[in-house]
Amino acid sequence: MKMRYLRNTVSLSIDRESCIGCEMCIAVCPHDVFLMEAKKVTIIDRDACMECGACARNCPVDAIRVESGTGGVIPVLEEMMKKGKAD
Amino acid sequence: MTSAAGLPWVQRVKETPVGEVPIVRTRLELRDRLQNFLVRLGINRERYAVPPGLYGIGDPDADSPVLVTSNYKLTLDALRKELAAVTCWLLVLDTHGINVWCAAGKRTFSTTEIVGRLEATRLEALVRHRTLVLPQLGASGVAAHLVHKTTGFRVVYGPVRARDIPAFFHNKMKKDRDMRTVRFPLRDRLVLIPLELVLALLVLVAGFLLVAAADWILHGILDFGTAFRDFVPFLGAVLAGCVLVPVLLPLIPVRSFALKGLIVGILLAALIEWAYSPSLVDGIATTVLILSTSSLFALFFTGSTTFTSVSGVRREVRIAFPVLIPLLVASILVGLISKLVALHHIS
Ligand code: SF4
Ligand code: SF4
Repeated sequence: MKMRYLRNTVSLSIDRESCIGCEMCIAVCPHDVFLMEAKKVTIIDRDACMECGACARNCPVDAIRVESGTGGVIPVLEEMMKKGKAD
Repeated sequence: MTSAAGLPWVQRVKETPVGEVPIVRTRLELRDRLQNFLVRLGINRERYAVPPGLYGIGDPDADSPVLVTSNYKLTLDALRKELAAVTCWLLVLDTHGINVWCAAGKRTFSTTEIVGRLEATRLEALVRHRTLVLPQLGASGVAAHLVHKTTGFRVVYGPVRARDIPAFFHNKMKKDRDMRTVRFPLRDRLVLIPLELVLALLVLVAGFLLVAAADWILHGILDFGTAFRDFVPFLGAVLAGCVLVPVLLPLIPVRSFALKGLIVGILLAALIEWAYSPSLVDGIATTVLILSTSSLFALFFTGSTTFTSVSGVRREVRIAFPVLIPLLVASILVGLISKLVALHHIS
Protein backbone atom coordinates (compact mmCIF):
# COMPACT_ATOMS: atom_id res chain seq x y z
CA MET A 1 0.00 0.00 0.00
CA LYS A 2 1.42 3.41 -0.92
CA MET A 3 1.48 5.72 2.06
CA ARG A 4 1.11 9.45 1.76
CA TYR A 5 1.58 12.18 4.32
CA LEU A 6 -0.46 15.39 4.74
CA ARG A 7 -2.42 16.73 1.79
CA ASN A 8 -1.08 19.76 -0.16
CA THR A 9 1.80 20.44 2.19
CA VAL A 10 5.05 19.74 0.37
CA SER A 11 7.10 22.52 -1.18
CA LEU A 12 7.81 20.75 -4.49
CA SER A 13 7.46 22.69 -7.72
CA ILE A 14 8.74 22.30 -11.27
CA ASP A 15 9.39 24.72 -14.07
CA ARG A 16 8.15 22.81 -17.10
CA GLU A 17 9.53 25.47 -19.44
CA SER A 18 13.17 24.68 -18.67
CA CYS A 19 12.79 20.88 -18.32
CA ILE A 20 14.80 19.05 -20.99
CA GLY A 21 13.21 15.66 -20.33
CA CYS A 22 16.38 13.87 -19.21
CA GLU A 23 14.36 11.77 -16.72
CA MET A 24 17.00 12.09 -14.02
CA CYS A 25 14.34 13.13 -11.49
CA ILE A 26 12.32 10.02 -12.30
CA ALA A 27 15.40 7.82 -11.76
CA VAL A 28 16.13 9.23 -8.31
CA CYS A 29 12.63 9.73 -6.87
CA PRO A 30 11.82 6.99 -4.35
CA HIS A 31 8.08 7.73 -4.40
CA ASP A 32 7.15 7.92 -8.05
CA VAL A 33 6.14 11.54 -7.91
CA PHE A 34 6.92 12.35 -11.56
CA LEU A 35 5.74 11.22 -14.95
CA MET A 36 6.93 12.06 -18.48
CA GLU A 37 4.30 13.90 -20.45
CA ALA A 38 4.99 15.30 -23.89
CA LYS A 39 8.80 15.03 -23.45
CA LYS A 40 8.69 17.00 -20.22
CA VAL A 41 8.24 15.93 -16.65
CA THR A 42 5.13 16.59 -14.62
CA ILE A 43 4.17 16.07 -10.98
CA ILE A 44 1.54 13.37 -10.65
CA ASP A 45 1.66 12.49 -6.95
CA ARG A 46 2.68 15.53 -4.94
CA ASP A 47 1.42 14.21 -1.60
CA ALA A 48 3.80 11.23 -1.87
CA CYS A 49 6.87 13.50 -1.94
CA MET A 50 9.02 13.27 1.18
CA GLU A 51 11.15 16.32 0.29
CA CYS A 52 14.38 14.33 0.13
CA GLY A 53 15.70 16.80 -2.45
CA ALA A 54 17.23 14.15 -4.72
CA CYS A 55 15.34 15.35 -7.80
CA ALA A 56 16.28 19.03 -7.40
CA ARG A 57 19.95 18.20 -6.71
CA ASN A 58 20.22 16.03 -9.81
CA CYS A 59 18.30 18.18 -12.27
CA PRO A 60 20.94 19.44 -14.71
CA VAL A 61 18.94 22.54 -15.61
CA ASP A 62 17.77 23.42 -12.11
CA ALA A 63 14.11 23.11 -13.03
CA ILE A 64 12.94 21.67 -9.70
CA ARG A 65 12.45 23.51 -6.44
CA VAL A 66 11.93 21.69 -3.17
CA GLU A 67 12.74 22.75 0.34
CA SER A 68 14.42 19.66 1.72
CA GLY A 69 15.51 19.14 5.28
CA THR A 70 15.75 16.68 8.14
CA GLY A 71 12.35 15.37 9.10
CA GLY A 72 11.34 14.35 12.58
CA VAL A 73 10.10 16.31 15.56
CA ILE A 74 13.44 17.03 17.24
CA PRO A 75 15.15 18.63 14.20
CA VAL A 76 12.00 20.65 13.52
CA LEU A 77 11.83 21.87 17.13
CA GLU A 78 15.53 22.77 17.06
CA GLU A 79 15.03 24.69 13.85
CA MET A 80 12.03 26.54 15.34
CA MET A 81 14.00 27.48 18.44
CA LYS A 82 16.87 28.78 16.33
CA LYS A 83 14.43 30.87 14.32
CA GLY A 84 12.81 32.08 17.53
CA LYS A 85 16.17 33.26 18.81
CA ALA A 86 17.02 34.95 15.55
CA ASP A 87 13.80 37.00 15.59
CA MET B 1 45.06 1.47 1.20
CA THR B 2 46.01 -2.13 1.95
CA SER B 3 45.15 -1.60 5.61
CA ALA B 4 41.96 -3.51 4.79
CA ALA B 5 43.90 -6.59 3.66
CA GLY B 6 43.96 -8.21 7.09
CA LEU B 7 40.21 -7.90 7.70
CA PRO B 8 38.36 -11.19 8.14
CA TRP B 9 35.86 -10.44 5.38
CA VAL B 10 38.63 -9.83 2.86
CA GLN B 11 39.33 -12.97 0.86
CA ARG B 12 42.56 -12.03 -0.88
CA VAL B 13 44.45 -9.11 -2.36
CA LYS B 14 44.58 -8.41 -6.08
CA GLU B 15 47.50 -6.73 -7.83
CA THR B 16 46.28 -3.95 -10.13
CA PRO B 17 47.77 -0.98 -12.02
CA VAL B 18 46.73 1.25 -9.11
CA GLY B 19 48.13 -0.99 -6.37
CA GLU B 20 46.78 -3.81 -4.26
CA VAL B 21 42.99 -4.04 -4.04
CA PRO B 22 41.29 -6.23 -1.41
CA ILE B 23 38.76 -8.72 -2.81
CA VAL B 24 35.87 -9.20 -0.38
CA ARG B 25 34.01 -12.38 0.46
CA THR B 26 30.41 -12.63 -0.68
CA ARG B 27 29.37 -14.96 2.09
CA LEU B 28 28.71 -13.55 5.53
CA GLU B 29 30.36 -15.55 8.23
CA LEU B 30 29.04 -16.26 11.68
CA ARG B 31 31.27 -13.51 13.03
CA ASP B 32 29.70 -10.95 10.63
CA ARG B 33 26.18 -12.02 11.51
CA LEU B 34 26.86 -11.88 15.23
CA GLN B 35 28.42 -8.43 14.99
CA ASN B 36 25.55 -7.17 12.84
CA PHE B 37 23.07 -8.43 15.39
CA LEU B 38 24.85 -6.56 18.18
CA VAL B 39 24.95 -3.40 16.09
CA ARG B 40 21.21 -3.63 15.48
CA LEU B 41 20.69 -3.80 19.21
CA GLY B 42 22.70 -0.61 19.56
CA ILE B 43 25.72 -2.26 21.14
CA ASN B 44 29.15 -1.69 19.66
CA ARG B 45 27.79 0.91 17.26
CA GLU B 46 30.85 3.12 17.11
CA ARG B 47 33.35 0.76 15.57
CA TYR B 48 31.27 -0.17 12.60
CA ALA B 49 33.05 1.67 9.85
CA VAL B 50 35.21 -0.07 7.24
CA PRO B 51 38.26 1.64 5.68
CA PRO B 52 37.14 3.70 2.66
CA GLY B 53 38.73 3.03 -0.73
CA LEU B 54 38.67 0.52 -3.50
CA TYR B 55 37.56 -3.12 -3.14
CA GLY B 56 36.69 -5.88 -5.55
CA ILE B 57 34.21 -8.72 -5.85
CA GLY B 58 35.07 -11.83 -7.85
CA ASP B 59 37.89 -11.29 -10.33
CA PRO B 60 37.22 -7.79 -11.72
CA ASP B 61 39.13 -6.27 -14.64
CA ALA B 62 39.31 -2.99 -16.55
CA ASP B 63 35.80 -3.46 -17.94
CA SER B 64 34.05 -4.43 -14.71
CA PRO B 65 31.39 -2.04 -13.41
CA VAL B 66 32.10 0.21 -10.43
CA LEU B 67 29.59 0.35 -7.58
CA VAL B 68 29.79 3.20 -5.09
CA THR B 69 28.71 2.71 -1.48
CA SER B 70 29.14 3.95 2.09
CA ASN B 71 31.63 2.65 4.64
CA TYR B 72 29.01 1.46 7.10
CA LYS B 73 29.77 -2.23 7.65
CA LEU B 74 26.09 -3.24 7.58
CA THR B 75 25.69 -1.57 4.18
CA LEU B 76 28.79 -3.26 2.82
CA ASP B 77 27.59 -6.61 4.18
CA ALA B 78 24.15 -6.21 2.63
CA LEU B 79 25.84 -5.37 -0.65
CA ARG B 80 28.49 -8.09 -0.88
CA LYS B 81 25.97 -10.72 0.19
CA GLU B 82 23.85 -9.93 -2.89
CA LEU B 83 26.75 -9.66 -5.32
CA ALA B 84 28.06 -13.23 -5.34
CA ALA B 85 27.28 -13.46 -9.06
CA VAL B 86 28.34 -9.90 -9.95
CA THR B 87 32.00 -9.26 -10.72
CA CYS B 88 32.68 -5.61 -9.97
CA TRP B 89 34.71 -2.95 -8.21
CA LEU B 90 33.41 -1.29 -5.07
CA LEU B 91 34.28 2.33 -4.39
CA VAL B 92 33.68 2.76 -0.66
CA LEU B 93 33.23 6.39 0.36
CA ASP B 94 34.11 7.76 3.78
CA THR B 95 30.67 8.39 5.27
CA HIS B 96 31.95 8.04 8.84
CA GLY B 97 30.37 4.61 9.18
CA ILE B 98 26.87 5.88 8.39
CA ASN B 99 24.49 4.26 5.88
CA VAL B 100 23.96 5.70 2.41
CA TRP B 101 20.58 7.33 3.03
CA CYS B 102 21.54 9.12 6.27
CA ALA B 103 24.98 10.00 4.91
CA ALA B 104 23.38 11.61 1.84
CA GLY B 105 21.23 13.68 4.20
CA LYS B 106 24.30 14.69 6.19
CA ARG B 107 26.23 15.38 2.95
CA THR B 108 29.04 12.92 3.68
CA PHE B 109 27.81 10.78 0.79
CA SER B 110 28.38 13.68 -1.55
CA THR B 111 29.71 15.00 -4.84
CA THR B 112 32.85 16.24 -3.06
CA GLU B 113 33.53 12.89 -1.40
CA ILE B 114 33.12 11.04 -4.70
CA VAL B 115 35.42 13.41 -6.54
CA GLY B 116 38.05 13.13 -3.79
CA ARG B 117 37.78 9.35 -3.55
CA LEU B 118 38.13 9.00 -7.34
CA GLU B 119 41.37 10.99 -7.17
CA ALA B 120 42.71 9.10 -4.16
CA THR B 121 42.08 5.68 -5.69
CA ARG B 122 43.10 6.67 -9.25
CA LEU B 123 40.09 4.77 -10.54
CA GLU B 124 40.53 6.30 -13.99
CA ALA B 125 43.75 4.28 -14.36
CA LEU B 126 42.04 1.07 -13.28
CA VAL B 127 38.95 0.91 -15.49
CA ARG B 128 38.51 1.64 -19.19
CA HIS B 129 34.89 2.78 -18.97
CA ARG B 130 33.66 5.99 -17.32
CA THR B 131 30.53 4.92 -15.46
CA LEU B 132 29.78 4.86 -11.72
CA VAL B 133 26.77 3.03 -10.35
CA LEU B 134 25.44 4.76 -7.24
CA PRO B 135 22.75 3.55 -4.88
CA GLN B 136 19.59 5.53 -5.61
CA LEU B 137 19.20 6.51 -1.98
CA GLY B 138 22.50 8.39 -2.21
CA ALA B 139 21.00 10.77 -4.79
CA SER B 140 19.91 13.41 -2.29
CA GLY B 141 23.60 14.02 -1.48
CA VAL B 142 25.07 13.87 -4.98
CA ALA B 143 24.64 15.91 -8.15
CA ALA B 144 25.23 13.46 -10.99
CA HIS B 145 25.89 16.16 -13.59
CA LEU B 146 28.53 17.82 -11.38
CA VAL B 147 30.37 14.52 -10.85
CA HIS B 148 30.37 14.09 -14.62
CA LYS B 149 31.60 17.61 -15.26
CA THR B 150 34.43 17.39 -12.71
CA THR B 151 35.65 13.82 -13.24
CA GLY B 152 34.35 12.62 -16.60
CA PHE B 153 32.57 9.75 -14.87
CA ARG B 154 28.90 9.39 -15.72
CA VAL B 155 26.66 8.58 -12.75
CA VAL B 156 23.93 5.96 -13.06
CA TYR B 157 21.61 5.53 -10.11
CA GLY B 158 21.04 1.87 -9.35
CA PRO B 159 18.15 0.28 -7.51
CA VAL B 160 17.10 1.18 -3.96
CA ARG B 161 17.65 -2.34 -2.64
CA ALA B 162 20.93 -4.27 -2.97
CA ARG B 163 19.08 -7.46 -3.80
CA ASP B 164 17.86 -5.92 -7.09
CA ILE B 165 21.39 -5.19 -8.33
CA PRO B 166 21.91 -8.47 -10.24
CA ALA B 167 18.58 -7.93 -12.05
CA PHE B 168 19.56 -4.31 -12.69
CA PHE B 169 22.75 -5.36 -14.49
CA HIS B 170 20.91 -8.10 -16.29
CA ASN B 171 18.45 -5.48 -17.50
CA LYS B 172 21.22 -3.32 -19.10
CA MET B 173 21.19 -0.97 -16.12
CA LYS B 174 17.54 -0.04 -16.45
CA LYS B 175 15.28 0.17 -13.44
CA ASP B 176 11.62 -0.68 -13.31
CA ARG B 177 9.21 1.13 -11.01
CA ASP B 178 9.61 -1.47 -8.31
CA MET B 179 13.40 -1.12 -8.20
CA ARG B 180 13.28 2.61 -7.60
CA THR B 181 10.42 2.75 -5.12
CA VAL B 182 10.84 2.93 -1.37
CA ARG B 183 8.09 1.28 0.58
CA PHE B 184 7.55 1.00 4.30
CA PRO B 185 6.26 -2.52 4.96
CA LEU B 186 5.40 -3.89 8.38
CA ARG B 187 8.78 -5.63 8.59
CA ASP B 188 10.67 -2.35 8.23
CA ARG B 189 8.39 -0.66 10.74
CA LEU B 190 8.83 -3.44 13.29
CA VAL B 191 12.62 -3.12 13.08
CA LEU B 192 12.34 0.53 14.14
CA ILE B 193 10.20 -0.09 17.20
CA PRO B 194 13.01 -1.17 19.59
CA LEU B 195 14.82 2.10 18.87
CA GLU B 196 11.66 4.11 19.55
CA LEU B 197 11.21 2.21 22.79
CA VAL B 198 14.76 2.82 23.97
CA LEU B 199 14.12 6.54 23.59
CA ALA B 200 10.74 6.23 25.29
CA LEU B 201 12.27 4.24 28.13
CA LEU B 202 13.89 7.35 29.59
CA VAL B 203 10.54 9.13 29.62
CA LEU B 204 8.88 6.05 31.11
CA VAL B 205 11.41 5.70 33.93
CA ALA B 206 11.14 9.40 34.70
CA GLY B 207 7.34 9.12 34.61
CA PHE B 208 7.28 6.13 36.92
CA LEU B 209 9.61 7.77 39.46
CA LEU B 210 7.40 10.86 39.38
CA VAL B 211 4.30 8.78 40.05
CA ALA B 212 6.04 6.82 42.81
CA ALA B 213 7.29 10.05 44.39
CA ALA B 214 3.80 11.59 44.23
CA ASP B 215 2.30 8.50 45.86
CA TRP B 216 4.96 8.60 48.51
CA ILE B 217 4.33 12.23 49.34
CA LEU B 218 0.56 11.69 49.39
CA HIS B 219 0.42 8.42 51.30
CA GLY B 220 3.61 8.68 53.30
CA ILE B 221 4.75 5.23 52.22
CA LEU B 222 6.68 4.18 49.18
CA ASP B 223 4.36 1.62 47.61
CA PHE B 224 5.51 0.50 44.17
CA GLY B 225 2.36 -1.58 43.61
CA THR B 226 0.07 1.46 43.82
CA ALA B 227 2.56 3.55 41.92
CA PHE B 228 2.57 1.02 39.10
CA ARG B 229 -1.22 0.92 39.01
CA ASP B 230 -1.29 4.72 38.69
CA PHE B 231 1.41 4.52 36.07
CA VAL B 232 -0.29 1.98 33.77
CA PRO B 233 -2.35 4.51 31.75
CA PHE B 234 0.80 6.50 30.91
CA LEU B 235 2.70 3.33 30.06
CA GLY B 236 -0.14 2.25 27.80
CA ALA B 237 -0.19 5.63 26.08
CA VAL B 238 3.54 5.52 25.38
CA LEU B 239 3.23 2.00 23.98
CA ALA B 240 0.25 3.09 21.89
CA GLY B 241 2.29 5.87 20.31
CA CYS B 242 5.54 3.92 19.96
CA VAL B 243 4.28 0.45 19.06
CA LEU B 244 0.65 0.44 17.97
CA VAL B 245 0.88 3.46 15.68
CA PRO B 246 3.91 2.13 13.76
CA VAL B 247 2.34 -1.34 13.48
CA LEU B 248 -1.09 -0.14 12.37
CA LEU B 249 0.27 2.85 10.41
CA PRO B 250 -1.42 2.44 7.01
CA LEU B 251 -4.59 1.07 8.58
CA ILE B 252 -5.36 4.16 10.66
CA PRO B 253 -7.52 6.16 8.27
CA VAL B 254 -6.00 9.64 8.73
CA ARG B 255 -2.76 11.08 7.37
CA SER B 256 -1.67 13.25 10.29
CA PHE B 257 0.51 11.36 12.76
CA ALA B 258 -0.79 13.38 15.70
CA LEU B 259 -4.30 12.27 14.74
CA LYS B 260 -3.18 8.68 14.26
CA GLY B 261 -1.88 8.77 17.84
CA LEU B 262 -5.10 10.37 19.01
CA ILE B 263 -7.24 7.64 17.45
CA VAL B 264 -5.22 4.82 18.96
CA GLY B 265 -5.24 6.79 22.24
CA ILE B 266 -9.03 6.98 22.26
CA LEU B 267 -9.28 3.20 21.97
CA LEU B 268 -6.76 2.76 24.76
CA ALA B 269 -8.47 5.33 26.98
CA ALA B 270 -11.80 3.53 26.57
CA LEU B 271 -10.12 0.30 27.63
CA ILE B 272 -8.47 1.88 30.68
CA GLU B 273 -11.69 3.62 31.78
CA TRP B 274 -13.46 0.30 31.53
CA ALA B 275 -10.79 -1.53 33.52
CA TYR B 276 -10.29 1.13 36.21
CA SER B 277 -13.75 2.79 36.33
CA PRO B 278 -12.29 5.89 38.01
CA SER B 279 -14.11 8.94 39.37
CA LEU B 280 -15.24 11.56 36.84
CA VAL B 281 -12.35 13.98 37.44
CA ASP B 282 -9.78 11.20 37.52
CA GLY B 283 -11.30 9.70 34.39
CA ILE B 284 -11.07 12.94 32.46
CA ALA B 285 -7.51 13.58 33.64
CA THR B 286 -6.46 10.05 32.68
CA THR B 287 -8.11 10.27 29.28
CA VAL B 288 -6.45 13.58 28.47
CA LEU B 289 -3.11 12.20 29.66
CA ILE B 290 -3.45 9.15 27.40
CA LEU B 291 -4.60 11.12 24.36
CA SER B 292 -1.88 13.75 24.55
CA THR B 293 0.88 11.24 25.30
CA SER B 294 0.02 8.80 22.55
CA SER B 295 -0.46 11.64 20.08
CA LEU B 296 2.96 13.12 20.95
CA PHE B 297 4.77 9.81 20.65
CA ALA B 298 3.06 9.04 17.35
CA LEU B 299 4.25 12.42 16.08
CA PHE B 300 7.80 11.49 17.05
CA PHE B 301 7.60 8.47 14.75
CA THR B 302 7.62 10.83 11.71
CA GLY B 303 11.39 10.97 12.24
CA SER B 304 11.71 7.27 11.35
CA THR B 305 9.40 6.87 8.38
CA THR B 306 10.35 6.79 4.71
CA PHE B 307 7.58 9.02 3.43
CA THR B 308 6.98 12.03 5.70
CA SER B 309 8.13 15.47 4.56
CA VAL B 310 9.74 18.19 6.66
CA SER B 311 7.03 20.65 5.66
CA GLY B 312 4.45 18.21 6.96
CA VAL B 313 6.21 17.64 10.27
CA ARG B 314 6.67 21.38 10.70
CA ARG B 315 2.96 21.91 10.16
CA GLU B 316 2.00 19.16 12.60
CA VAL B 317 4.38 20.40 15.28
CA ARG B 318 3.12 23.95 14.88
CA ILE B 319 -0.50 22.86 15.30
CA ALA B 320 -0.17 19.98 17.76
CA PHE B 321 2.46 21.11 20.26
CA PRO B 322 0.66 24.24 21.54
CA VAL B 323 -2.37 22.03 22.22
CA LEU B 324 -0.81 18.79 23.42
CA ILE B 325 1.84 20.11 25.82
CA PRO B 326 -0.57 22.25 27.94
CA LEU B 327 -3.08 19.37 27.95
CA LEU B 328 -0.41 16.94 29.11
CA VAL B 329 0.75 19.22 31.91
CA ALA B 330 -2.84 20.03 32.93
CA SER B 331 -3.82 16.36 33.05
CA ILE B 332 -0.88 15.55 35.32
CA LEU B 333 -1.72 18.44 37.65
CA VAL B 334 -5.43 17.58 37.79
CA GLY B 335 -4.57 13.94 38.47
CA LEU B 336 -2.36 14.95 41.38
CA ILE B 337 -4.89 17.41 42.82
CA SER B 338 -7.73 14.92 42.60
CA LYS B 339 -5.58 12.44 44.51
CA LEU B 340 -4.89 15.04 47.19
CA VAL B 341 -8.58 15.83 47.52
CA ALA B 342 -9.48 12.15 47.77
CA LEU B 343 -6.87 11.75 50.50
CA HIS B 344 -8.38 14.59 52.53
CA HIS B 345 -11.81 13.00 52.28
CA ILE B 346 -10.51 9.76 53.69
CA SER B 347 -8.59 11.33 56.58
S1 SF4 C 1 12.05 15.55 -3.18
FE1 SF4 C 1 12.46 13.34 -3.21
S2 SF4 C 1 10.44 12.41 -2.91
FE2 SF4 C 1 10.08 14.53 -3.49
S3 SF4 C 1 9.83 14.47 -5.68
FE3 SF4 C 1 11.98 14.92 -5.32
S4 SF4 C 1 12.96 12.94 -5.33
FE4 SF4 C 1 10.76 12.53 -5.12
S1 SF4 D 1 15.79 16.25 -14.06
FE1 SF4 D 1 15.15 18.31 -14.62
S2 SF4 D 1 15.45 18.40 -16.81
FE2 SF4 D 1 15.56 16.24 -16.28
S3 SF4 D 1 13.47 15.52 -16.61
FE3 SF4 D 1 13.60 16.10 -14.45
S4 SF4 D 1 12.92 18.26 -14.41
FE4 SF4 D 1 13.35 17.74 -16.54
